[in-house]
Amino acid sequence: MEAMTQDTPSSPPTASPVRRPRWGVVVVWVSLFGLLALLGTGLIRSQQGPINVGSRIPDFSLTTFDGQTYNTADLRGQVILINFWASWCEPCEEEAAELEQAYQGYRDRGVVFLGVNYVDTQPEALAYLDRFGITYANGPDLGTEISQAFRMRGVPETYIVDRQGILVSRKIGPYSSVSEIEAALEAAIGMAP
Amino acid sequence: MRSSWRLFLLLAIGLALLPAPAAAQDGEPTDDEVNAIARGLYCPVCENVPLDVCPTQACAQWRAIIRQMLAEGRTEQEIKDYFVVQYGERVLAAPPAEGFNLLVYLIPPAAFLAGAFMLARIIRRWTRPASSAAGAPATASDDPYVERLEQELRRRA
Amino acid sequence: MVANIGYFSLVLAFVVALYGAGAGAYGALRNRPAFVESARHALLLTWPLVTVAALAIITLLVRGDYEVAFVASVTSNTMPVYLRITALWGGQAGSLVFWSWLMAAFASAVGLRKWDRDRDLLPWVVVTTMVTLAFFLSLVVFFENPFARLWLSPQGEQLTALFQPAGASPIFPSDGQGLNPLLRHPGMVIHPPMLYLGFVSFVIPYAFAIGALATGRSDDRWTQITRRWTLVAWLFLSLGLILGGRWAYDVLGWGGYWGWDPVEVAALLPWLVGTPFLHSVIIQEKRGILKQWNMALIILTYSSVILATFLTRSGVFSSVHAFAQSAIGPMFFGFIGVTFVASVGLLIWRWDRLAGENHLESMFSREALFLLQNILFLAIYVICLWGVLFPLISELFTGEKVTVGPPYFERASGPIWGALLLLMGVAPLSAYGARSGRSLARSLWKILAVSLIVPVVIAARGMTHPVPLIGFWLAGFVTLVTAYEFGRGALARRRSQGESLSLALWRLIGRNRRRYGGYVIHIGVVLMGLGVIGIELFQAETQGTLAQGEQLTLGRYVMTYDSLAQWDAADGRNITRASVSVYRDGRRVAELHPRRDYYYASQQPMTIPGVRSTLEDDFYVLLVGWEPIAAEGATFKIYHNPLVNFVWLGGLVFILGTLVAAWPERDPEAARVAARGPAVSLRGLAG
Repeated sequence: MEAMTQDTPSSPPTASPVRRPRWGVVVVWVSLFGLLALLGTGLIRSQQGPINVGSRIPDFSLTTFDGQTYNTADLRGQVILINFWASWCEPCEEEAAELEQAYQGYRDRGVVFLGVNYVDTQPEALAYLDRFGITYANGPDLGTEISQAFRMRGVPETYIVDRQGILVSRKIGPYSSVSEIEAALEAAIGMAP
Repeated sequence: MRSSWRLFLLLAIGLALLPAPAAAQDGEPTDDEVNAIARGLYCPVCENVPLDVCPTQACAQWRAIIRQMLAEGRTEQEIKDYFVVQYGERVLAAPPAEGFNLLVYLIPPAAFLAGAFMLARIIRRWTRPASSAAGAPATASDDPYVERLEQELRRRA
Repeated sequence: MVANIGYFSLVLAFVVALYGAGAGAYGALRNRPAFVESARHALLLTWPLVTVAALAIITLLVRGDYEVAFVASVTSNTMPVYLRITALWGGQAGSLVFWSWLMAAFASAVGLRKWDRDRDLLPWVVVTTMVTLAFFLSLVVFFENPFARLWLSPQGEQLTALFQPAGASPIFPSDGQGLNPLLRHPGMVIHPPMLYLGFVSFVIPYAFAIGALATGRSDDRWTQITRRWTLVAWLFLSLGLILGGRWAYDVLGWGGYWGWDPVEVAALLPWLVGTPFLHSVIIQEKRGILKQWNMALIILTYSSVILATFLTRSGVFSSVHAFAQSAIGPMFFGFIGVTFVASVGLLIWRWDRLAGENHLESMFSREALFLLQNILFLAIYVICLWGVLFPLISELFTGEKVTVGPPYFERASGPIWGALLLLMGVAPLSAYGARSGRSLARSLWKILAVSLIVPVVIAARGMTHPVPLIGFWLAGFVTLVTAYEFGRGALARRRSQGESLSLALWRLIGRNRRRYGGYVIHIGVVLMGLGVIGIELFQAETQGTLAQGEQLTLGRYVMTYDSLAQWDAADGRNITRASVSVYRDGRRVAELHPRRDYYYASQQPMTIPGVRSTLEDDFYVLLVGWEPIAAEGATFKIYHNPLVNFVWLGGLVFILGTLVAAWPERDPEAARVAARGPAVSLRGLAG
């Protein structure tokens, strides 16, 4: 009885059974490895941290709220401090005054401060700058291109770059004091020209 | 001379009668108008959250920008373009159909057609024409049991 | 102490699972039945071990032992006991243990069945389930340890480890962070377990399929054995998805239930390929064709389950669903690579053996229509997979991040869903084997004609938009066809057996549980379809700021802001609750209480809507939480969602239909005979 209820193959059909087509196999393996490559790359990207100290920063240009344009490529030979901030970011407020203070102390020593305003609205951004009396260059990160290039994860983040465009120090989160900023700047200035 | 004046007057009256966008007339855009546009945008900071329901302060600022732009008389497309320039393409609910992003809209139908084509070829090689089917033509029987019986018998044949 | 016991139990379970996989493979390849039996015992041992670990975690959660990092991250003093238990799946580590517990449970259920037949499949089923279990346990044992404690290093850094690091001192927090407020909802209590049940239970048919491939068998035993598993797995997965939608609707506060979030879509993928699989195995059993196709489908289902779990947990996407970024990503990637390559390789190796016994004799036969349904589901699968992967691809090739959201998914898949609905009506009227298009049309046209009454009536009453008209017409058509099937079968039985109509109907369903249970499920789909049409095409919303006493109008409804109350609740939250009255066509129909809860511990607000639900529509009121809420002015957002409750109703009908379809026969042998129809008993007589 058992054998009878099993499927018994019918007599050999006249048309050939579906042979495994070579192009089909190729397509399947190619798409499979394509998918794996994509997932692997996505995974590597998400695991990547911020830019490492010692590597070159991505060059960018920033147009300030006043209309001036700064190109980091043109700023070779000067130490640059790049600070990502937003008006809606509470931790940013903790370091705003300290950053301005540091700027006042170092502007005559050839240090350029660039404030990159991350996904913000102009009226609120300008009000923030006003509130903390910030005088160094600040501009919006249009299309979030700059923050994406820096693989920025959140605000505030600060990157200090030496005269050759190499990252000397980075700070994730707000600086706790002016002396911390000054120490980092000194280290960058002290690097060989 | 007089006819062209009349024409001009007619034109002016006609233009005045054209319905102007409500926002430009009434002043303050309603929450609904702001939401209608915000629905089609995504929060630039938090991923995958539509702008009309995002609770963060930043999103409130962006909705305020939409309100202001509506009050200035901007169209939906202009507001969306502004957001794209400011914050990148990811604020749109679907990528614009241009450049690399065309692939979003082209690949699925292309894959489907390719798959359907391959499947059709396989099935055509595989299908035995109905006219040469062994056994009597199927009698449309109402009784499912009789029908099943016939099917089983056909299988065994 | 409890934590150490739990951890060692996990380690043991991991080792035992690995042994089971190894012994099973060895036993199969070297033909050593003793090893195969040993592997089965190992499989049965895993469940008690993982249970011990799960109970250990639950004990720690309920006791509130905050020196254990996981406990501190998901519980707090003010949480009630039931929520503390469900916090097991409120965080990455605990939910992985829960996943493993379910996997071990289902594997044991399979291990305990009668294995006197199909003994050759056993070792491979053990291997597949144990490899999967071992993988998930490895994630917990090596990376996301739920038993790791908090320590303070000499440098002042906070560390997590199971055993005391050198020089570090233990930390005993007095309170935990508490479960994310969004997760403290009954829907959230059932949604993850149901979803995991669906995911895990699809591993079983896959395991049998691998067994069939590995042993080179070309018969249907693997589909027959796993028929009920697949049905129940499908039900769990469907309910998991529906419950997720219900949670979103109740708690996330955007008046909808599905946002086409990449993680949502990833969880939908197994369902999109599991549903066609459920249908096409019927064709394989009845006609002996589509064997390679079904193998491919179940492999794709399993792969989609692993892919969805990977995408949710690896941090590749960030969304309301995703767990925080973690180190398990690379492990998952390795596992995906190994399993995908192995499954595909096995199928390609055995391809020729799975050649069909029959042919597709007509493009209008039931087989062809089922195949068409399969293809349509796969089209939606491709659309969804592409939509999920494209942002990754875009970022890789252009550096530009894009969002692929509802406009893409809805417009691309909408017409295909409609075509599937149409097929649900046409396919039951089709027959197997050689059938001409004309005979199909003959069976169809009367019902088709009658069904046209539905759109005509609706259009006559004023609603003339083409898309919903087509949707309602299709819903009516499928309902008519299904009713016709029930009626036709019952009437035939009454004629041939002389039974009364109701007895005939009962016996009909009892003798053909899979078919008629399936029809009940189809009705459930129609109901859900109605709900989806209602809310997607006819939703209306409005928002406005009201002072006390003022009102907001939406269509036939008027809502008045009556009063506001604010107080601190016992479980650590501040509640701001508004009272509003709802009037429809001038008559007062409800008093609703939308509220905003603010959780002090996690500093997170949550808005809970006040909803008036009827079958006809939902009137859904939210307090807009980020605007100030006071008697002088509170901002309200109102949604009007017609027919949305049909979505949940449809889900309930799914349960009913699956119960009917999967209900076990009293005598399994007799059932197998009965399922093949009376011809088989005749065959038996003929000897």
